[in-house]
Amino acid sequence: MTSLLLAVLWQVVQLALVLALAPLLTGWVRWVKSRLLARRGASPFQPYRDILRLLRKDVVLAHNASWLFRASPYMIFTAIWVAAGLVPAFTSHLALAPSADLIALVALLGSARFFLALAGMDVGTSFGGIGSSREMMIAAFAEPAMLMIVFSVAILVGTTSLAEIADFMVSGTVGLRVSLALALIALIMVAIAENARIPIDNPATHLELTMVHEAMVLEYSGRHLALVEGAAMLKLLLYMALIACIFLPWGMAHPGDGVGWALWGLVTFTAKMAVGGAALAVFETSIAKMRVFRVGDFLGGALLLGILGAIFLFVSRGV
Amino acid sequence: MAFAGVAILCLLLLSVSGIVLARRRGGDGLVYGGTGMVCAVLTVWAALRLAGGGVDEVVLPLGLPWLPAHLRADALSAFFLMVVNFTGATASLYGWGYGRAHHAGHGPEPGPVLPLYPLFLAGMNLVLLANDAFVFLVSWEFMSLASWLLVLANHREEGTGRAARIYLIMAGFGTACLLLAFGLLAGGSGDYSFAGIRAHVPTALAGALGVGLVLLGAGSKAGLVPLHIWLPLAHPAAPSHVSALMSGVMTKVAVYAIIRVTFDLIGEPVWWWGGAMLVTGAVTAVMGILYALMQDDLKRLLAYSTVENIGVIVIALGMALVFKAAHVPVIAALALSAALLHIVNHSLFKSLLFFGAGAVLSATGSRDLGRMGGLIHTMPVTAFLMLVGAAAISSLPPLNGFVGEWLLFQAILNGPTLPQWILKILIAVVGAAVALAAALAGACFVRAYGTAFLGRARSPAMETAREVNWAMRWAMAVPALLCVVLGVMPTPLLRLVEPAARLLVEAGPFDGRAYQPWFWLAPTSAVGNSYNGLVFLVAIAAVSAVLGLGIHRWASDRVRRSIPWGCGFTEPDPAGVTQYTPSSFGQPIRRAFGATVFRARDTVEMPEPGDVRPARLTVRMIDPAWAWLADPLVRLVNRAADAIDEIQFLTIRQYLSLMFFALVALLVLVAAIQQWH
Repeated sequence: MTSLLLAVLWQVVQLALVLALAPLLTGWVRWVKSRLLARRGASPFQPYRDILRLLRKDVVLAHNASWLFRASPYMIFTAIWVAAGLVPAFTSHLALAPSADLIALVALLGSARFFLALAGMDVGTSFGGIGSSREMMIAAFAEPAMLMIVFSVAILVGTTSLAEIADFMVSGTVGLRVSLALALIALIMVAIAENARIPIDNPATHLELTMVHEAMVLEYSGRHLALVEGAAMLKLLLYMALIACIFLPWGMAHPGDGVGWALWGLVTFTAKMAVGGAALAVFETSIAKMRVFRVGDFLGGALLLGILGAIFLFVSRGV
Repeated sequence: MAFAGVAILCLLLLSVSGIVLARRRGGDGLVYGGTGMVCAVLTVWAALRLAGGGVDEVVLPLGLPWLPAHLRADALSAFFLMVVNFTGATASLYGWGYGRAHHAGHGPEPGPVLPLYPLFLAGMNLVLLANDAFVFLVSWEFMSLASWLLVLANHREEGTGRAARIYLIMAGFGTACLLLAFGLLAGGSGDYSFAGIRAHVPTALAGALGVGLVLLGAGSKAGLVPLHIWLPLAHPAAPSHVSALMSGVMTKVAVYAIIRVTFDLIGEPVWWWGGAMLVTGAVTAVMGILYALMQDDLKRLLAYSTVENIGVIVIALGMALVFKAAHVPVIAALALSAALLHIVNHSLFKSLLFFGAGAVLSATGSRDLGRMGGLIHTMPVTAFLMLVGAAAISSLPPLNGFVGEWLLFQAILNGPTLPQWILKILIAVVGAAVALAAALAGACFVRAYGTAFLGRARSPAMETAREVNWAMRWAMAVPALLCVVLGVMPTPLLRLVEPAARLLVEAGPFDGRAYQPWFWLAPTSAVGNSYNGLVFLVAIAAVSAVLGLGIHRWASDRVRRSIPWGCGFTEPDPAGVTQYTPSSFGQPIRRAFGATVFRARDTVEMPEPGDVRPARLTVRMIDPAWAWLADPLVRLVNRAADAIDEIQFLTIRQYLSLMFFALVALLVLVAAIQQWH
């Protein structure tokens, strides 16, 4: 019983942690990027100020916006927040871990995208439509690639539960695997696409013809925009935590470990995010954005890597 | 059993009375009401039978003197009876409301629909109860012909004639294949009762041919690619409640035929039968949803999406078959319960979506997505229920579509334990195909829902649309509610299908589990791989409550209304012409996926500067199933018909000699076969 109570407690801490850390991660990436471009850059804490300011502003709503447009930011934020809460960050001892596995997590992110794309079409401007349509095309490539990654990892570990994947990986019995390397590369590619980062999409752009994510949310303002932006920040943290949880789970606390281990988990998690954010910034500054129709080639490559990884495992296991 | 017989007799009586009542005031209420009641009662009866277990057989002295009709209700029949009659009940309610709505405006007259509607349902019920090949095929034809006539109900509408003709040809082809399949599987004994077929062990070749013929025969009815060509023409042409039955339920009766033969009648399966089903299913799923993504006609889009869902169901069945062949009943049961769950799910959300499309059609007179838009403002209830349907069919958690897909993925994850290495690779690729189909389904329904219900009106009819009547709304609300309930609590349904799974693969969906608390799905082991929709939903609700309270407490809640940002374009735009159209929404996917499959090409005709003509965008696509299979076949049939036409104008003497020589040729053939044996 105390174990369950502790799991609930860690779950709540986890939800609070991702919420608190997500804007900092985005701010950190922006700050490192500016430094690399020889600019001074805003403080890494700027996103907190942005969100607070947006929350205080009025909502400007198009005349024909429906209830779906107003409800979507809440649904998107909730879905991504719950999804981020499911990824073990500092401990794999989470209350929600057995009720939703990696497949459910991918599907939950799919729900968020579904409503985001619908909201993009609600007001009926061309930008919303262009963003939604491109977002769904990217998803059509990214989601199967993501599931192939899930398959590779799940077959290797024997479970789709994220907490158990982390526990298994940290036990060190996996060793170096070709399939895991393929899955890691594919997951990084999917993460870049899903988070609207360069080279798929430019998170800093306001040039309508090249953007995907920004085009969809162009009509949002005030608290709605704050939620949508916050959800995007959470999603970036989620993907980084996911990569850390599957491929670098060292330093994470496990069921049965004490509070000290959990604190150590917090430290290592923050360090991992800092390194990951810096790596993303370096990657983004060293590469150019690609044309929209090259996205298919990029993510098709990710899908192929994912399938290859899964096939290697399908063939090698159980013979 | 007697009970089901009486119910089917009631349906036949309702059909006869439909002829008389069609012209009377309130007659439609009697027929639809009666049909709905019979269906509702049959649903409950089937569910109780399923829960109670047991097999009920009866031999009726009907038909030829030495060929009595065998009927039987086992767990599999009961499961399908439940699915068919539940949708039958909601469709009856909807059909009644639909008829009312149509008194005002467009749509079919009730005259031809009323007598045929109960007949169609009776045919489907009889197929599920049949226990010999004769009753099966006769009821199969009953079902086909009644639905064919229902397709013709709107015969004045353009394209209906063609749809009906192609449907008739495909239905004939399907029945012929099934006829041959039963003949092969029964062997030379001449015992065509299912018990006789079950007892007869076919040779390897006969078994393979039998499976192939059933996949062709029932597959053409279910809509397996490339035999799906009739389906997107015929399903939308019928009145909407019949479309819902055809797409949501009649395809399931075809799936029943596939299950009955491959899992029950034919005996011990061979692994590559399942492999063939996996390949067919994967091609069907991906092609079906890609076709759907290119459609501008809402009902046709839904029909193509049925093709996709049938593909997913056949994939799950193929998985069950390969695991059955490998003697791993626990995983076979997992895959089979994924298939059965998806059958229920699809019958729910597809009927809901067809009802919604019918509601839009009756309120606006349009099925063309390119002319819709903004219906969420004028038809709020329909829009909300359609949103539930669209989310469920896109397999979003915590709705029912997701649970079925989750179970299927869990079965796929067990692929590596199979002994055949080719199956291991195949299953990995099939898994990717399922994921691709699911992602494309999401895109498809964002496109359909977004262009029909969101945005601004693309034609004046959308602004004057009114919400549909209560009967139609309730007919949509019931399946929508069940989509949520089954998504959150799928375990009771899985327990209900347990006898059917046990009958077919000798294991239930819960056999592999080490622990069985309520509402947990943990199909293969005690650790990991678990899903709990209820906890999931509670977590989502709690988190969104915290979020809502936080925003309410800390954020400004003032709202100002303004014109949307059009990048400087501030002219009034009443027709919504600056919006993205459905074709422009589909363009990136058309370009990424359709360039090779459909050889899709966009050509832009841009007038010279100064010229006031509008620019023109033409999209050209080729449906490979038509280009490579159907069209050559049609040409062949036409040529053969022309050749045979020659003998229509012979003299009596020539006819007599023709018959004489034909007789001699046949006798020689028989003699040769006798000699050879």
